[in-house]
Amino acid sequence: MGSATSDTPAAADPAASGRTPLTHAAETGLKIVVVGGFGVGKTTLVRSVSEIRPLNTEEVMTQAGVGVDETGEVTAKTTTTVAFDFGRISLNERMVLYLFGAPGQERFWFLWDRLFSGTLGAVVLVDTRRMDDSWYAIDRLEHHGTPFVVAVNRFDDDAARHSLDEIRLALALPDRVPLIDCDARVRTSGKHVLVTLVDHLYQLALAQEGAP
Amino acid sequence: MTRRPVDTGAPDRLYTVTGGRSRADDSFDLVTLVVGECEPSAGMQSEHVRILELCRHPTAVVELAAELALPITVVRILLGDLLATGRITARHPRLGQSAATHPDTALLQEVLHGLRNL
Ligand SMILES: Nc1nc2c(ncn2[C@@H]2O[C@H](COP(=O)(O)OP(=O)(O)O)[C@@H](O)[C@H]2O)c(=O)[nH]1
Ligand SMILES: [Mg+2]
Repeated sequence: MGSATSDTPAAADPAASGRTPLTHAAETGLKIVVVGGFGVGKTTLVRSVSEIRPLNTEEVMTQAGVGVDETGEVTAKTTTTVAFDFGRISLNERMVLYLFGAPGQERFWFLWDRLFSGTLGAVVLVDTRRMDDSWYAIDRLEHHGTPFVVAVNRFDDDAARHSLDEIRLALALPDRVPLIDCDARVRTSGKHVLVTLVDHLYQLALAQEGAP
Repeated sequence: MTRRPVDTGAPDRLYTVTGGRSRADDSFDLVTLVVGECEPSAGMQSEHVRILELCRHPTAVVELAAELALPITVVRILLGDLLATGRITARHPRLGQSAATHPDTALLQEVLHGLRNL
């Protein structure tokens, strides 16, 4: 690392603890969310493009409750813990992109709505053997107005090998939403997914700036 | 101080960490970059010490939470303390929390450029 850490004690040296710190000029954090069902390859995708080993963290959400329990007490709150992992890409000296891998199940969306507000956009990762998992995520993103692309993570033991056209039809995906193949294990492929998303966001922004 | 359990899943430990508070500072986004403005000093709570050590370099809230193995909400509470006493500064993301703020083409071009250079 740079000379800036030369006078810090060894115990606090980030390199010694396996951490890779950002540069001092880093000033803008950005977010992209990867959603999809369990085992679809979210963590694998994050790992393949991240400059750090994916880290895990959790948020505890407290919802104001409406129930009354057996003892007649008003149960004021329910608490839910949701874990998610994330990786990081330093785009340049000033900008750093965080990639969040988030389970797409229905019961977690109240959390995503809050945690992931202000995201650039989302990647919906699809396993064609379990396409049902994707519908809810797509529906929710559409509703929320979060722009997204759909990436099909091809597993080797997927005998059916549906074409992208078939998958688009099955997901009732509008033509305006980009749909691509990927291999979450491969860095160039993961990178291509992100470029496809941001290119899509760019086209959307361009159209909006052109039509005031 | 009124002693009420904090709603954080593991009340005992987290109660201690936050001093029983459960209201977090909402201004800290997941990707707000936190920068330490001083060195830890004697008598500081160990979590505050750890945050100041990590924040010798800009560090995102979500990374702090992962490193401290604490929920985001708890980390926001701790950061609120440090911010209020001027021990840290915060570099908030340009994209607001509201869905109304869309990224502009210039920003997206920078992101694209960065990704293509990976
Ligand atoms: N064959 C194959 N296996 C994959 C692929 N992507 C992920 N996996 C494996 O599938 C499993 C689940 O992946 P993971 O990233 O943990 O899924 P997550 O639950 O969505 O985070 C892991 O054992 C991965 O190694 C892929 O493209 N092809
Ligand atoms: Mg995972």
